[in-house]
Amino acid sequence: MDSEYNAVQNFERTRQEVGYTPFSEATRATYTGLGFKSGLEIHQQLRTREKLFCRCPVGVYQEFDDYDAELVRHMRPTLSELGEYDGTALMEFRTRKEIIYRLKNQTACTYEVDDTPPFPLNRQALEIAMEISLLLKQYIVGEVHITRKQYLDGSIPTGFQRTAIIGIEGEIPLSGKNIRLIQLSLEEDSCREVSDIGHRRIYATDRLGMPLIEMVTYPEMLTPQEVAEAAHYLRFLARSTGKVRTGIGAAREDVNVSVTGGTRIEIKGVAHISWIPLLTHIEAYRQKSLLVIKDRLNQKILKPDSWRVITKQLKLEDVRTTLPFPGADLQLVAVLLPGFKGILSHFTQPGRDFASEISDRLKVIACLEKPNLLHSEMPDIVEFAALAKLIETELDFGKHDAWICFAGPEADIATGIETIEERCQMAFAGIPRETRKGLENGTTLFERVLPGADRMYPDTDSAPIPVAEELIVKLRSQLPVELPVRLEQLSKWSVPEDCWTYLLRNNLMPIAEKIIEDFEVEARFVCTLIAHYIKGKVRLNKKSYNFNNLYSLFSFLQEHDIRWELIKEMLSIIIEHPKIDYQSVLNLLNWKQEKAEDLFRKIPYFTESVLKNCQMKCDHKAISWVMGKLRNQALGNVKMELVQAKIKELVEQ
Amino acid sequence: MTESIQGYKGEALATIKKYNVRVWSDTLIKSSRGEFKGIILPRSENDDTTHIVLKLATGYNVGVDVHTITEMTELGYKEAHYKIPEKEFPYTEGLPKVKLLGTGGTIASRLDYRTGAVIPAFSPGELYGAVPELADICNLDTEKVFAVFSENMGPSQYKKLAITIGEEIEKGTQGIIIGHGTDTLHHTAAALTFMCQNLPIPVVLVGSQRSSDRPSSDAALNLMHAATAAGHGDIAEVMVCMFGPTSDEYGLLHRGTRVRKMHSSYRSTFRTIGDVPLGTVTRAGVTHIHSVFNKRRNDHNVKILPYFEEKVAIVYYYPNMQPDIFDSLVANGYKGIVIAGTGLGHVNKLIYPAIKRAAAAGVAIYMTVQTLWGYVHMFVYDTGRDLMSMGIVPAENMLPEVAYIKLGWVLGQTSDLEKVKEMMLTPVSGEITRGEPYNGYLIYQGGIPEVEEFIRRVHK
Ligand SMILES: [Zn+2]
Repeated sequence: MDSEYNAVQNFERTRQEVGYTPFSEATRATYTGLGFKSGLEIHQQLRTREKLFCRCPVGVYQEFDDYDAELVRHMRPTLSELGEYDGTALMEFRTRKEIIYRLKNQTACTYEVDDTPPFPLNRQALEIAMEISLLLKQYIVGEVHITRKQYLDGSIPTGFQRTAIIGIEGEIPLSGKNIRLIQLSLEEDSCREVSDIGHRRIYATDRLGMPLIEMVTYPEMLTPQEVAEAAHYLRFLARSTGKVRTGIGAAREDVNVSVTGGTRIEIKGVAHISWIPLLTHIEAYRQKSLLVIKDRLNQKILKPDSWRVITKQLKLEDVRTTLPFPGADLQLVAVLLPGFKGILSHFTQPGRDFASEISDRLKVIACLEKPNLLHSEMPDIVEFAALAKLIETELDFGKHDAWICFAGPEADIATGIETIEERCQMAFAGIPRETRKGLENGTTLFERVLPGADRMYPDTDSAPIPVAEELIVKLRSQLPVELPVRLEQLSKWSVPEDCWTYLLRNNLMPIAEKIIEDFEVEARFVCTLIAHYIKGKVRLNKKSYNFNNLYSLFSFLQEHDIRWELIKEMLSIIIEHPKIDYQSVLNLLNWKQEKAEDLFRKIPYFTESVLKNCQMKCDHKAISWVMGKLRNQALGNVKMELVQAKIKELVEQ
Repeated sequence: MTESIQGYKGEALATIKKYNVRVWSDTLIKSSRGEFKGIILPRSENDDTTHIVLKLATGYNVGVDVHTITEMTELGYKEAHYKIPEKEFPYTEGLPKVKLLGTGGTIASRLDYRTGAVIPAFSPGELYGAVPELADICNLDTEKVFAVFSENMGPSQYKKLAITIGEEIEKGTQGIIIGHGTDTLHHTAAALTFMCQNLPIPVVLVGSQRSSDRPSSDAALNLMHAATAAGHGDIAEVMVCMFGPTSDEYGLLHRGTRVRKMHSSYRSTFRTIGDVPLGTVTRAGVTHIHSVFNKRRNDHNVKILPYFEEKVAIVYYYPNMQPDIFDSLVANGYKGIVIAGTGLGHVNKLIYPAIKRAAAAGVAIYMTVQTLWGYVHMFVYDTGRDLMSMGIVPAENMLPEVAYIKLGWVLGQTSDLEKVKEMMLTPVSGEITRGEPYNGYLIYQGGIPEVEEFIRRVHK
């Protein structure tokens, strides 16, 4: 064993060579230097009653172990429209996954399990999608064509998603610039994954078929912050219609990233926009690292085309080491990577090295659960010294080489070896095209090979749907106020910026606006009441509040000639007891109507007593003491400033 | 005929001509709804004449309304041709020699832009390209006997298939697969059972409920199962091989005379009616369910009887059916009528006179039941006895479609009504059984707790 070699040092050294800058220290110049470019695909579920292509209800979710029936399918690659199998298709086929669907009768009919052709497209969903497309200032198509987009991971039992373009182009304004859109499509949602272990992947069919729109931007965001800003904007815009679903999983983002010399890599299914900046930052550096690895390999190994791994099957009884591989009846294989010294422990992401790229692929392609490999540059390889020695002898290990040792059932060994060799060969070319899964810590895992455009083909089960001019005109007349107008409004009203997201995300601007106009309340008061006070109370008490009721509360106050200040006290009770009527709230608060002159008459009594008894030197303290005595009686009856002024007047006398 | 270029007609065609662009050209369209850029695709013949179909760079198709178009510019031209990758089917010593006879339909298929339909595509090489596993099961050869959709199959196709089967057996083929659309698969299965008797090898009819252009297709697995049953199975009968459950698990082998398509779209649509299936099949081999079957032999002594009288009809009885239905059949020279009667085999009194007239005209009339399960029992009620006295022959538990096929086949050989009756009521292969097993009728009702419990554990 090469005891001189220090993998930890190599990781650190290569991290520096790549020039990894922590996210907190990165500036716009950092990303310009990398040639950072990013685009977004925002998926947003629509609020319809029924699914897109059948009449099953939407938004009813099952517990994963609560199902009425299960069925088993396998996905085979098919010949695409232009005649060739595509890359993803073959890779997925190689994995030989058994796909199991768990269905509930309430949320799945024969359509979900691909035992009947689609019913006509849900018109309600079509109109919502068109509305959002119009808000994006897109070109609406003349005729909607349902297209099949292949997904061989089994997430859709047909093996394809039915999807259709509603509009193309369009743009959104960010703070510094405009971002263009490529398209908006209307599509059916996929199954929820229950588990994926070995050769068996389980899905629940409840979410399958729910209507979803996908908004796709050009890759024009040049910093991670711009990506997040665009994501927020598109989400707010969709929500401003009031016709999209909210809650966990209702909106998901796919983010694609590339750097100079890199490849477009897609990070799929990011659940929180707040994760996007760090994920894209780290992905940019992963690509940079793979480019550094590419250069190094091409310097070291002159004939990449003829580069091959050398393998040797090991006898478990010869190993005499406790191995970490899960499962039984495993075969053990040692794989020599000639000339790969220093590559396996090369930095790719914080806490992850090149070997982890191989490990990810072994999991997905060869179905080998992690930990699925040991290698010559593991920090703790000394713990497997006996194994290392055996491998190095068996494989004729040289000082420029690296090795990987993996184990699996006999049927998966060939795919395992192929996967390792293929990933190493790809390193000579740079960055493999793939989709990746984003984790909360900002790093990503290999998910699948990125499919090309050729996996789209027409849906022979559905006829095209013409889009009449009259429908566009009708929808245009009903559009909600546009987002830029809302942002300008908030700024003009001097609403604090920390309120904006809450108001827009929950589409509360229409209600706020109505209250402000109808009751002539100060805009800032209404907006902070919603986005600070109510939001805080709701979170604190883990309750919910139906904002549609806020209007009636204002209306109640106006009718009873009660000042707006009392509203917070009332709301704090209403949020606790959502069904209570407003008069009872007043009773609970022990609130009584009182005229200003009556209240003012009480001031001299308190000022005199405070000045006499307490001998307070400071007027300021005396004033607040009296205010405290009168505050509750004044609330809702008299303007506080007025009471305070009266007290001040008397105290100073 | 109106003029059509690649499916474009009327205004759409005029627009294409006006701007001098072509189907398959990369085109920029300016319209009042915005600019669209993509390749002009052929249009489905049945779609309207006011839209042009574009394939965008993202792979999606959209339609542009010709009334909104203000300009079209051709930027390039690239015609696409669909082709299944063809590889030579490898020969493996020791594997059985299996012949796949193609009839059209969806077992092997490709997409057609023009109609938007799935059209057949077929050769050993293409099949090997699509289902390479077949090479591990058998040495496959294929022959396209004809190419018609399932619904267009008829007597002349049955006869041609029967003759071809005879020739294949003569050549030493060890198993025959017939690729077939599913709609009338059971009619063909019945016809071939009557036309190919004393079979020494399996004849397996197979189709697919989800076309092979989709990843979830049942076609590949059905083909593998059929190849296994044809090449390795020992049941030398005409069988239908299709999914057992809707899950990708095993295929069922149904006897050609007792099988019926029972769901318009399920994968597990074929069921044996009034009996249990012959067996199940996986890639590992055939497992028997039925104990009585015709065993595989090494001789070539098949009897090919390719006869069919086309003037036979099937009449599905409904309340208030009028006598003129029968009268018109007789007037049009029909020689045989199979009635699918209600219950135990009944029709209303209103049509008795017409039945008498038909019988008097020498028409062979047979009674079956539209309940599908169970026997015709015409002695139970007077009405039944009346009908028999008029000359209607009860066809026991023969399925209506099977009785229709058999009557056509019998009348193709003789017009002697006594001889017809004798042949009709002498079973060739299970079309009439001596009794119905208790488990021959199983339609479980969803919602019943024990049934729900069952389908939660066992795949339907
Ligand atoms: Zn459904």
